[in-house]
Amino acid sequence: MKTVESPPHEAVAVPPIQAPPPAGDRRRRRLADQARAYGFLLGGLLCFALFSWYPAIRAVVIAFQKYTPGSEPEWVGTANFTRVWHDPEFTAAWRNTLTFTLLALLIGFAIPFVMALVLNELRHAKAFFRVVVYLPVMIPPVVSALLWKWFYDPGAGLANEALSFLHLPTSNWSNGADTALVSLVIVATWANLGGTVLIYLAALQSIPGELYEAAELDGANLLQRIRHVTLPQTRFVVLMLMLLQIIATMQVFTEPFVITGGGPENATVTVLYLIYKYAFLYNDFGGACALSVMLLVLLGAFSAVYLRLTRSAEGDLA
Amino acid sequence: MSTRTLISPATLARPRGRAVYWTVFTAVVVLFALAFLFPVYWMVTGAMKSPDEVTRTPPTLVPEQWHLDGYTDAWDLMQLPQHLWNTVVQAAGAWAFQLVLCTAAAYALSRLRPVFGKMVLGGILATLMVPAQALVVPKYLTVADLGLLNDPLAIWLPAVANAFNLYLLKRFFDQLPRDVLEAAEIDGAGKPRILWSIVLPMSRPVLGVVSIFALVAVWQDFLWPLMVFSDTDKQPISVALVQLSQNIQLTVLIAAMVIASIPMVALFLVFQRHIVAGIGAGSTKG
Repeated sequence: MKTVESPPHEAVAVPPIQAPPPAGDRRRRRLADQARAYGFLLGGLLCFALFSWYPAIRAVVIAFQKYTPGSEPEWVGTANFTRVWHDPEFTAAWRNTLTFTLLALLIGFAIPFVMALVLNELRHAKAFFRVVVYLPVMIPPVVSALLWKWFYDPGAGLANEALSFLHLPTSNWSNGADTALVSLVIVATWANLGGTVLIYLAALQSIPGELYEAAELDGANLLQRIRHVTLPQTRFVVLMLMLLQIIATMQVFTEPFVITGGGPENATVTVLYLIYKYAFLYNDFGGACALSVMLLVLLGAFSAVYLRLTRSAEGDLA
Repeated sequence: MSTRTLISPATLARPRGRAVYWTVFTAVVVLFALAFLFPVYWMVTGAMKSPDEVTRTPPTLVPEQWHLDGYTDAWDLMQLPQHLWNTVVQAAGAWAFQLVLCTAAAYALSRLRPVFGKMVLGGILATLMVPAQALVVPKYLTVADLGLLNDPLAIWLPAVANAFNLYLLKRFFDQLPRDVLEAAEIDGAGKPRILWSIVLPMSRPVLGVVSIFALVAVWQDFLWPLMVFSDTDKQPISVALVQLSQNIQLTVLIAAMVIASIPMVALFLVFQRHIVAGIGAGSTKG
């Protein structure tokens, strides 16, 4: 196609493809490209370096130091670890955190799955159910915690009023040493299950309908269809959410801090709460970092499994 | 569009199927209303009861008299305007910093081929393995060393180090059609120009998702602002609520809780379609 637009002298100025530009030019261009690329990266990288990478290294370093802000840190070997280890609260904190995680898994795993299963069968008011179940997730966690603290109030709390309305014996809820932890699990489940339900719903919707049809033709009843179609088809998402939930609940802090303050009798002290106490109550940053490192190693292992699973099954994230 | 689910349409069409369906439907409506709406109703109306009505047993389902004093007292006594403003400043700043710096970094990693780009990305993704809360103490010490305590920058800058959002953006940029970007390059547009007038307009959906995540994360956070804002006047609403909850009248506290919830609940109700769809889509595929 002949054009009038491109004047002949410009065509001449374009260098023939075979002849590469002088090496110096190319290097300069590449350098300019790299400078620009790193210009774009700089702000983000600096933030990651300061607030992610450096703190991770620093946690390990301070775990072996006697560290008080303002004075020179001192190397103390493993003294922080042994001191923290012998703290009676240490055992309580780990026991509570693990029990909390286990209970949250039992309650927070089965309930949302059944809810999603039922919701997926309903043909009416779909948007309403999704909005309602997700509403508690949007309420700030501090507000949920304060709200349930009020419900659990031994005086005029809604929880005991409901029990006596149903002629059931009342409970001490968050104020009793043996019921406090379960009470907190209920709060966390109430506040968070909306997200899980929505994710399960999406997973259920991606199951091809033909599978159910085929199973029904083969004479599978409802329970058999759940067992042989629904469960295998959603196994991956379920496993994923389970790991994510473990990682999230092991870091529980807001509920015990706001509702029980770790009590009664250390029944609800969690690991993160203990880290907070070491740093801000005892001013013992070495001990806090030693605890952080322990939590880090454990959760890091769970995260590694999670990432491995997601990356091997990675479609696209967005 | 109705796809086949666990129970076949034929079963549901039978009289018995219809009866079971509507029974289950009603049960779920009642259960959801009791479990999720009633606590919220109890909070909103509790704040409107008189101080002695709210502690009465058995409780009243509907306030005998509707008082708005709880809300007005909370607004004045607890300095809610101040704390709400602090939260807005912290959330908006974190959003802006994240949008600018994460987008730029994601674009560089996706399209500009920096040397060591793979290593940088690996380092960023590795932070996904390190649960954020486990690092709060050394992060706090770093922020203290930088002199950022009681400064909104203590919220804004660490918010940028969000590997999840950055990765979300990078993945989206990776999938933009090559030919469009190349056409722009041939037309002589520079990289910044391509980002601004081609990549960003095409990325509106993912930018929306990242924005919502960024805002919600700051608004809901508690432990981090509790650590970095010891100065009461700088505290966001979540921290202030807990600090003030000890010695304030119950109805006033409940009213303050309602007020603190309104912005996020309103955001959710406005964008619920996008949020609900985003949660489902984002997770099953990833």
